[in-house]
Amino acid sequence: MNGSKKKIGVYVCHCGINIAAVVDVKAVAEYASKLPGVVVARDYSYMCSDPGQALIKDDIREMGLNRVIVASCSPRMHERTFRKAIAEAGLNPYFLEMANIREQCSWVHEDPDEATEKAKKLVEAAVAKAYLLEPLEEKEVDVTPACLVIGAGIAGIQAALDIADAGFKVYLVEKSPSVGGHMAQLDKTFPTLDCSACILTPKMVDVASHPNIELMTYSQVESVEGFVGNFKAKIRKKARFVDTEKCTGCGICAENCRLAGRIPSEFDEGIGMRGAIYLPFPQAVPAKYTIDPEHCLQITKGKCGKEGPACKASCNADAIDFDQKDEIVEVEVGTVIVATGYDVFDPHRKPEYGYEENPNVMTGLEFERLVSASGPTGGKIIVGRDRKGEGGFEPKKVAFIHCVGSRDKSVGNEYCSRVCCMYLAKQAHLIKDKLPDAEITVFYMDVRAFGKGFEEFYDRVRREGIRYVRGNPSEIFKKGDDHTLIIKVEDTLTGKPLEHEADLVVLGVGLEPRGDIREIIDIFKLSQSTDGFFLEAHPKLRPVDTAVDGVFLAGCCQGPKDIPDTVAQAKGAASSALMLMASGKVKVEAQVSVVNKDECRGCGLCVEVCPFGAIELVEENRQGNIVMVANVNEALCKGCGSCAAACLSGAIQTKSFKDEQILPQIAVLGVKTE
Amino acid sequence: MSEEFEPRVVAFLCNWCSYAGADLAGTSRIHYLPNVRIIRVMCSGRVNPLFLVNALQQGADGVLISGCHPGDCHYLEGNYYARRRFVLMRKLLEHIGVEPERVNMSWVSASEGAKFAEVVEKTVEGVKAVGPMNQFRRRQINW
Repeated sequence: MNGSKKKIGVYVCHCGINIAAVVDVKAVAEYASKLPGVVVARDYSYMCSDPGQALIKDDIREMGLNRVIVASCSPRMHERTFRKAIAEAGLNPYFLEMANIREQCSWVHEDPDEATEKAKKLVEAAVAKAYLLEPLEEKEVDVTPACLVIGAGIAGIQAALDIADAGFKVYLVEKSPSVGGHMAQLDKTFPTLDCSACILTPKMVDVASHPNIELMTYSQVESVEGFVGNFKAKIRKKARFVDTEKCTGCGICAENCRLAGRIPSEFDEGIGMRGAIYLPFPQAVPAKYTIDPEHCLQITKGKCGKEGPACKASCNADAIDFDQKDEIVEVEVGTVIVATGYDVFDPHRKPEYGYEENPNVMTGLEFERLVSASGPTGGKIIVGRDRKGEGGFEPKKVAFIHCVGSRDKSVGNEYCSRVCCMYLAKQAHLIKDKLPDAEITVFYMDVRAFGKGFEEFYDRVRREGIRYVRGNPSEIFKKGDDHTLIIKVEDTLTGKPLEHEADLVVLGVGLEPRGDIREIIDIFKLSQSTDGFFLEAHPKLRPVDTAVDGVFLAGCCQGPKDIPDTVAQAKGAASSALMLMASGKVKVEAQVSVVNKDECRGCGLCVEVCPFGAIELVEENRQGNIVMVANVNEALCKGCGSCAAACLSGAIQTKSFKDEQILPQIAVLGVKTE
Repeated sequence: MSEEFEPRVVAFLCNWCSYAGADLAGTSRIHYLPNVRIIRVMCSGRVNPLFLVNALQQGADGVLISGCHPGDCHYLEGNYYARRRFVLMRKLLEHIGVEPERVNMSWVSASEGAKFAEVVEKTVEGVKAVGPMNQFRRRQINW
C-alpha cells in the first residue's frame, strides 16, 4: 500500500465562511492539484464534519491515497480528528499534514489576494513535507492507579473525594497545617446564606478518614518527574515539631505558649491572634497542633524562658519534639490535579484607600472573620480593637467598595473577580442583620449578578434598605480625631461629587494568582493566561486540562470562580483523571527521536542537551570495532528535538520533524513568488 | 522595482507557546502583515541553526524564531538552547555580512496573541529597513 509512489490528497476547508470569505478556496485547491504527487484536491464547506471526513476516507479507499493534507484550522484544533479519520480508512495516522489557513490566513489578513497567495504556499509546504512523512506507531503505557491532588481547599477536597470514592488512591497535599482553604474562613455563603463551615467541615473530616486518601498537611510538592500515567513526585513533609501520632489536640500547649495571643493568625486574617504553637481554627483537620518555626522562641533563639518551653512541659501526651526534621516522601501517581487556589488582592497596592493607616478600613476576607461566629469577636461587629482584643466600637455607617484590585488596569488586573459583587451584597446583608440601625452604602461600578439566585439575592439586599451608589471612590481618608472616614467619590448617575462619611469601610478585594504560583509552574511547566492564572488547554472545550498530559486544573488556580463553579470544575478534573486511571492505559508520544547508528559518532552532545535524560551512549559493534553511539529511551523521550538541533552529523532526528522534513518546507516558504 | 519591497520571512514557532499564540492572534482576529510564513516545530530548541542559513539561502529575507518565555518551556530548557544557538548564529551571520536585523528571536506565550502580531510587525519592519537578502544568491557570485 505505502509503496514508493506518493499519492497525495489535498482537502481545502471553507470553514463556513471563516476561511472562504477571505481565502479563495477554489483557487487554493486548483493550485494544489498541480503540485507534484497530488492526485486529488478538493474543497468542502466543513472538512471536520461527517460528510467532510467521509470525503477523505472514500478517496483513500478508492484512489489509494497514501498522504493526506487538510488545509483548514490549526493542527492544535483538529489534528486528532483528521488523524483518526485517515486511520479509520486504513492509513497510518501520521501520514497527515495540516496547513493552517484559518488562524494564519483568513483570520489575520484582510487582503484576499495576499491571504490566498499565502494559503497556497502553506499548502505547498505541507505537500512538500508530506512527501517525506513516515508511518509511526503509538505506544501504550500503563497508568499508575493513583492521583496526586495539590491543594486541599474545596476544589482539592472535592476532587480527592470523587477519585477516592471511585476506588483509586489519592495523595492530597496541603501546604498549610489544615485542610479547608479559603472556604473555611468564610462565614456565610452567597446567595443561599448557608453557613460555610457547616457545609465544608463534613467534607474536611471525610478526606482525613477516607481509606483511599493519604492526607499530607503542612507539606509541599518539591519536584515531579515522569510523564502521563507515570509521575514520580517528591513531597516535603515539613517538621511540625509535634508528633501527630501522639498529639490529642487538647490545646493545653497553646494556652501555655509564652507567645500565646501575640502572633497575628493567618486564618483570622490578622484580626485575631495565636501563639507559636497553634491550631489554625477549632475545626481544623487534622486536629493536631503545629509549631511555627518563624516565631517559636525555642527554635529561633534556642531558648524559651528560664524553665524551657512551656508547651513541652505542659503536654501530657509528650507529643512535642523539637528535634523533628523535614521528611521527604516519594509517591508514584498516574495523574495530577492542581488545585492551589488564589490570594486576595493586597490593598496596600492601592494606598489611596488608606488601608495601611486606618484599622476600620478592612478587606472583605477580614470582614468574613470579623462577622464569623468562630472569629475573634465571636461574630460581633466590633472594629478597632487593640492587640489584646479590647476596646473597639460598633460601626454606625458602613461603606462597601466594589472592584478593589479587579477591573483595574492601574494594578495590572483587567479581569473581573466574579465573586466580589455577591460577597459584598451578602456582607451588607449580614451587617443589616446584626446592626439593623446601621446605615449601609455600597459603591459599585457595575453589579454583576449572573449566577443562579444571584439577581434575586441582590434584589433582596436592596429592598432591605441598603443603598447602592454608582461610583468608584478615588480616595479614603480620616477626618478629625474620631473614627470617621471620608470617601471621595463621584456619583456617576447624577454626576455629583460626594464626600461620604463612614466609620467602617469594607474593600471588595478581588482574587489574584497565588504569590507562589511559580513553584507549581516550575514543577509542571504549566502556562499562565494573561491574567496570571493557569492556562487551560482550551478555553471552551478543555477547561480542566493543561498542555501537560495527565495534569488537570480545579478551582481558582485557573481563574476566579465561586464555590459552585469550583466544585463543578473539581468534579470535572476528577472525572478527567479517572478516565485515564479507569482505562489503565494511555498512548504516549510517537514523535520521538531516533538515532541513525551508522552516522552517529558518539560525541554525546545529544546526551548533554536532553532535558529528560532520555539519551545514553551505548556500545556498538561496528565490524569488530567497539564504538559508542547514542541510544534513545522512547519512554522518556518527549520529542522536543533539542538533540536533533545539537547533533553535528544529523544522526539523531525527531520523527515527523526530521531535517529532511523541515528543509522542504523552508524551501517552499522562503521563496518569493515574483 | 517601483513597488515597495515586501520581504519574505520564515518563522519557526514552538508548538506549545508561540504557535498557540499565533493561533490566538487568529482567534482574536488581530490583523498582521502577511509576509511571515510559519513552520511549526515542537520546541524552539528543535531549530537547527542551519535552518536559518538555509532559509536565507533559499531566498527568505528574514527569519523569526519564537518560543516559550524563559522558565516556561514545555520541555524544561529547549528555549534556553534555542537562545544560545540563536545568539551565536546571529554573530556568525553578521561576521559573513548578513545584517543582524534579518534574524529575530522572541518569547511569545500561548496567551499573547497581540504580542505575536507585534513581533511579526517588528520583524518585518526590521527586514524592510535592510532591504532584500542578496548575499547568498548564487547567481550573483561572479568568479
